[in-house]
Amino acid sequence: MKLPDKRCAIPDAVAKIKDGDTVMVGGFGVPGTPMTLIHALVAHGARNLTLIKNDANEPGMGIDHLLQSGQATRLITTHLGLNGTAIALMNTGKLAVEFNAQGILAERIRAGGAGIGAILSDIGIGTELANGKQVVEMEGEDYVVEPALRADVALIHADRADSFGNLAYVATARNFNPLMAMAAKCVIAEAETVLPLGELRADDVHTPGVFVDHVTALGELSKEYVVVRR
Amino acid sequence: MLSDVRERMVARAAREITSGMVVNLGIGLPTKVVNHLPADFPVCLHTENGLTGIGPTLSPEKADRNLIDAGGAYVSTVPGSAFFDSATSFAIVRSGRLDLTMLGAFEVSAAGDLANWKIPGKFSPGVGGGIELAQKARRVVVLTTHTDRAGNPKLRQTSSLPLTARACVSRIFTDMAVIDVSADGFVLVETADGISTADVVAATDAPLIVPDTCLPIF
Repeated sequence: MKLPDKRCAIPDAVAKIKDGDTVMVGGFGVPGTPMTLIHALVAHGARNLTLIKNDANEPGMGIDHLLQSGQATRLITTHLGLNGTAIALMNTGKLAVEFNAQGILAERIRAGGAGIGAILSDIGIGTELANGKQVVEMEGEDYVVEPALRADVALIHADRADSFGNLAYVATARNFNPLMAMAAKCVIAEAETVLPLGELRADDVHTPGVFVDHVTALGELSKEYVVVRR
Repeated sequence: MLSDVRERMVARAAREITSGMVVNLGIGLPTKVVNHLPADFPVCLHTENGLTGIGPTLSPEKADRNLIDAGGAYVSTVPGSAFFDSATSFAIVRSGRLDLTMLGAFEVSAAGDLANWKIPGKFSPGVGGGIELAQKARRVVVLTTHTDRAGNPKLRQTSSLPLTARACVSRIFTDMAVIDVSADGFVLVETADGISTADVVAATDAPLIVPDTCLPIF
C-alpha cells in the first residue's frame, strides 16, 4: 500500500474557492500566515468572502490584501490592533467584524474540526461580550453557548509536509494552523518543504494528512515572511 | 526609555512575581517587568500565541521570523521551553494554570472590575486574549499610570467603559502608589517616592482606605 499523493499547484488548489465562501486562514501575526496562498486567492478573485483569522496582519501583509481588494466583506477575529486600515474599514461599515475572545475562537474552531456542535463557556459572562448569546444553566452555573465554526476552505502554513499532507509546524507559527486544518471542507496547505513519504517521521506529525486535501511546496519565500522591522 | 518613576513602578511590580510561578505579562508596560527579574530567577513565562518559557527579546538582526510573543515582539526560548497551538495555550489560561497575570488598564473600579479593551467611538481593536487572562488567571494585577493623558483618574468607584471582566483585579501598581482592591474598596499599600497620601487621594476617583501606619515607599 502507498499513501496518496496530494501535491498540487497553488492556482489549481485555490481555484476551488467560490464567491461567498468562508475561509479560515492560519497565523498569529506573520508566523504561520500562509502569505503565498493569500496572494493566490487575491489573483483568483473570489469575492464576498468571510474570513476567520486571529488577527488582520499589518497593512500590506497577509489578509490585509484581501481586505484592500474588497474580496472579504466579513471577518471573524480576535484583535485588529496592528492593522489600522482594517479598523478603518470596520468603522466605515465596509467590513463586518465579529470579535471573539482568542481562546474561544480557538475552541470554536476545534469543536468544528472535532464534529461537535457548540461549546459552553463562562468567558465574557457579565460583560457586553456575552450580549445576545444563548445562556444555559448547568449544575448551578451560567454558561454561554459558543457555536462551533467550520469553513469551506482552510489556508494553512506549515514548515514541513510530506506528499500525503502530513504537516509539522515550527515555533509560534503553529498557533491556529492545526485547529483550522481540521475544520474545513477543503484544506490547502503550503509548506516550506515537502518531503517524500517516510521522511517526515510519524512521531513528528502535528496535523495528520487525513485532514489535508492539497499540499504545495513553497519556493523561495517572499519578503512578507521575513522579520518585520517596526 | 521609561521615566524614572515608571521604571521604579515596573521594578516594584516585578517583586510580585515569586519563585516557581507561571506568569503571563500583558502587552505594554507589563512586558517590561521581565527586565527586573534576575537571569536565573525560577519562573515560567507564558504567551498566548503558544509558548511557555519565554527568553530575552531579540533585535531584528538576531530574530527568528517564526518566534514572537503575543504583542509581536521577537523573543527567544530558554532551556525547557515548549510550543503549542492556540487551543492548548488558552487551556492553560482557563484551567487556572496561570498563577499571575499583569495587565494594562483604561479603568479599574473599586470592586476590581477591569476595563482595558474598548473605548466606545475611539478605540475598539478587539479583546484578543485579554478577557480570558483577566477572568481566569489565579491572580490579576494591573500596571497603569494613575491618571490618563488628560489627567483623569483611572481608578474609579465604578467604570463607565465596557468591562473586560468583573471583580478580577487584586492589586494595582501605578506611578503614584500600590493599591489593593478589598471587599471595602481601594486600600493604599505603598506610595512612590515623593508622592504624599493626599496626592494619591486627589488622583483617585473613589474612596481610598489609608491604613494608620507608616506605608512603605517605592
